[in-house]
Amino acid sequence: MINHNSITQKVERSLKKRYLKEKLFKAMGFASVSVAFLFLLILVSDITIKALPAFVQTQITLEIELNTEKLGINQNSTTVEIKQADFRASIRDALRKQFPDVKKRTQKKDLYSLVSIGAEYQLRDLVLENRAYLGTTKKLSFIADDDVDALVKGVIDRKVEESARRIKNFKLGLIEDLEKNGQIEKTFNWSFFSNGDSREPEIAGIKGAVMGSLYTLLVTLLMTFPVAVAAAIYLEEFAPKNRMVDFIEININNLAAVPSIVFGLLGLAVFINFFELPRSAPIVGGIVLSLMTLPTIIIASRSAIKAVPPSLREAALGLGASKMQTVFHHVFPAALPGILTGTIIGMAQALGETAPLLMIGMVAFIVDIPQSVADPATVLPIQVYLWADSPERGFLEKTSAAILVLICFLIAMNAIAIYLRKKFEKKW
Amino acid sequence: MSNQTDKATLASMHADHGTTVGQPFCDNAKLSTRNVDVYYADNQAIHDVSLDIGRNEVIALIGPSGCGKSTYLRCLNRMNDTIDICKVTGQLLLDGQNIYAKNQDPVLLRARVGMVFQKPNPFPKSIYDNVAYGPRIHGLTSNKAELDDLVEESLIKAGLFKEVKDRLEAPGTGLSGGQQQRLCIARTIAVQPEVILMDEPASALDPIATAIIEELISELRKNYTIVIVTHSMQQAARVSQRTAYFHLGKLIEVGETNQIFTNPKHELTEKYITGRFG
Ligand SMILES: Nc1ncnc2c1ncn2[C@@H]1O[C@H](COP(=O)(O)OP(=O)(O)OP(=O)(O)O)[C@@H](O)[C@H]1O
Ligand SMILES: [Mg+2]
Repeated sequence: MINHNSITQKVERSLKKRYLKEKLFKAMGFASVSVAFLFLLILVSDITIKALPAFVQTQITLEIELNTEKLGINQNSTTVEIKQADFRASIRDALRKQFPDVKKRTQKKDLYSLVSIGAEYQLRDLVLENRAYLGTTKKLSFIADDDVDALVKGVIDRKVEESARRIKNFKLGLIEDLEKNGQIEKTFNWSFFSNGDSREPEIAGIKGAVMGSLYTLLVTLLMTFPVAVAAAIYLEEFAPKNRMVDFIEININNLAAVPSIVFGLLGLAVFINFFELPRSAPIVGGIVLSLMTLPTIIIASRSAIKAVPPSLREAALGLGASKMQTVFHHVFPAALPGILTGTIIGMAQALGETAPLLMIGMVAFIVDIPQSVADPATVLPIQVYLWADSPERGFLEKTSAAILVLICFLIAMNAIAIYLRKKFEKKW
Repeated sequence: MSNQTDKATLASMHADHGTTVGQPFCDNAKLSTRNVDVYYADNQAIHDVSLDIGRNEVIALIGPSGCGKSTYLRCLNRMNDTIDICKVTGQLLLDGQNIYAKNQDPVLLRARVGMVFQKPNPFPKSIYDNVAYGPRIHGLTSNKAELDDLVEESLIKAGLFKEVKDRLEAPGTGLSGGQQQRLCIARTIAVQPEVILMDEPASALDPIATAIIEELISELRKNYTIVIVTHSMQQAARVSQRTAYFHLGKLIEVGETNQIFTNPKHELTEKYITGRFG
């Protein structure tokens, strides 16, 4: 006879232990998630706080006399002529006019350096857009120099004694005069999103790096996705099971573990030196990164294809679908969400990759915003690296801002991934 | 006692075809198989099976679990090709043509020999697309109206049309288990194969759904040849004309369904149908 009572007792006794284990595991899991989330929160909020000043820009309003005689141009001048005119002089004239007492050479230098070096180009572009300004006197706003910017934002403390302050008393006096006159204001820094890189922190923008990253990722995606998916489908569905295929499989897995800088060296040797593709260009960067992401996407795609239930294949084959039709009508669509997830992970990896791109010259200082995949460019993580490496104070906040842009880029990519997955994941 | 000797003589009559007793052969064979052996790697799952399947007949394959019914069935439309370790030897003919010949295209073969699987496996598509898939890939219809008709006709034949006619665009996987199985049958007959292989089509169904499918099989018999694997002897008795009993990979006995169930000649068959094992 089975003693049911004693069995019930045994089960009851073990039950307590089992529930305790479950509770413990749940608590540990929750703790891990919390810790991970906390670190993320600290990281992101730290970067955000540091980056915020980069989105504000100090502007100085000056009364500019656009004297046609001094500038040597008029409203009918050609674009080239206007571009050659000396706008710097107009700005300096305006500054001198406002502070007529400044006479000494060193003091003049302080005076002229209130506005950014980029101010003359700002003025030039304004004139090019509005030729009617020529011959008139206008109140116009210019980007302030990075030191002025730092002072206005409070990064440089005015109360510190003069010897320990980057801005000396004389220049401070000038700035405070301008402030009293209401000629200094803080505006949203749109130019951060529309300018390329610069040696001057106040005019350096992220657009060059954003476009560089976009072009590079575009090349990477176009090169990797078709190749990786084709390779995964072939290996999973069509390849004979033999030594050769095992060998290929091992090598793909090995490729995924190769340090990324090796791909950079390969890119330098093969694509730049041998095929003579342009240096520093997204096309080469994209190819190098696609070599790097290829194994990731192949491996993810293969496991997605493997996860498609065999009954689906049998259903199609049983109806007389060819192997090709079975794969492309049924297996591939069913595996697509998984393949897309793998692809986005690979692309996110590529977005954050720095080392191989250093090797192919994408670390060069490039002011122009790239217009195609063959133009010299840099990418977001390298922009972060370059700015972090710059001595000027103003680049500190720019570095954090660039990191923030990079993170936003990643979030956008993940959002696309989730959207695509939801779209194709009709779990019927 | 005399019964015993009867069995012995019958067994010797078919000595060249293993131990099969009864009438494994017929004159008007649609499918004809001789000395079929099937191996999964080194493991032999089918031993020397020889069996004919007559035109427009329903033949039931019965036997204990693991005896090789599914394996044998899957040889008939080369579904075993999809299993790498599976090897089939022997002669299998469809209308006198070798199924396993080098020049026999398995895709064409499967269009002629359709299959309904043990577990319903509709595509994750709409009900309409499920049924239309076969005709589409084979180019059986020339326009949308024809395809619509074919889909409707197939669903009617499978006894599903009334239940789904208002939601043909709804996902096929959203149907109940029994409805899904009938959808799979509709999908198979939409291709208008000559032979339909059914692997325990009613194993997951309630008595009502089972009755619908059994009725359907009797109906389909007019136009198709049907091989059905079943664990239910009542079902075999209701739908089939002949019954084949498999045991440990061997074909033990084949005969008129009535005779198999009332007067089995082999003692293994007798034991199985009287429920002494299996
Ligand atoms: N894919 C496979 N790989 C290896 N061995 C297999 C495979 N499929 C079936 N077998 C073996 O072949 C033998 C016959 O299996 P089969 O599926 O044909 O049995 P069955 O009669 O259909 O059983 P059931 O009634 O349980 O479905 C079994 O011993 C099984 O282990
Ligand atoms: Mg089976």
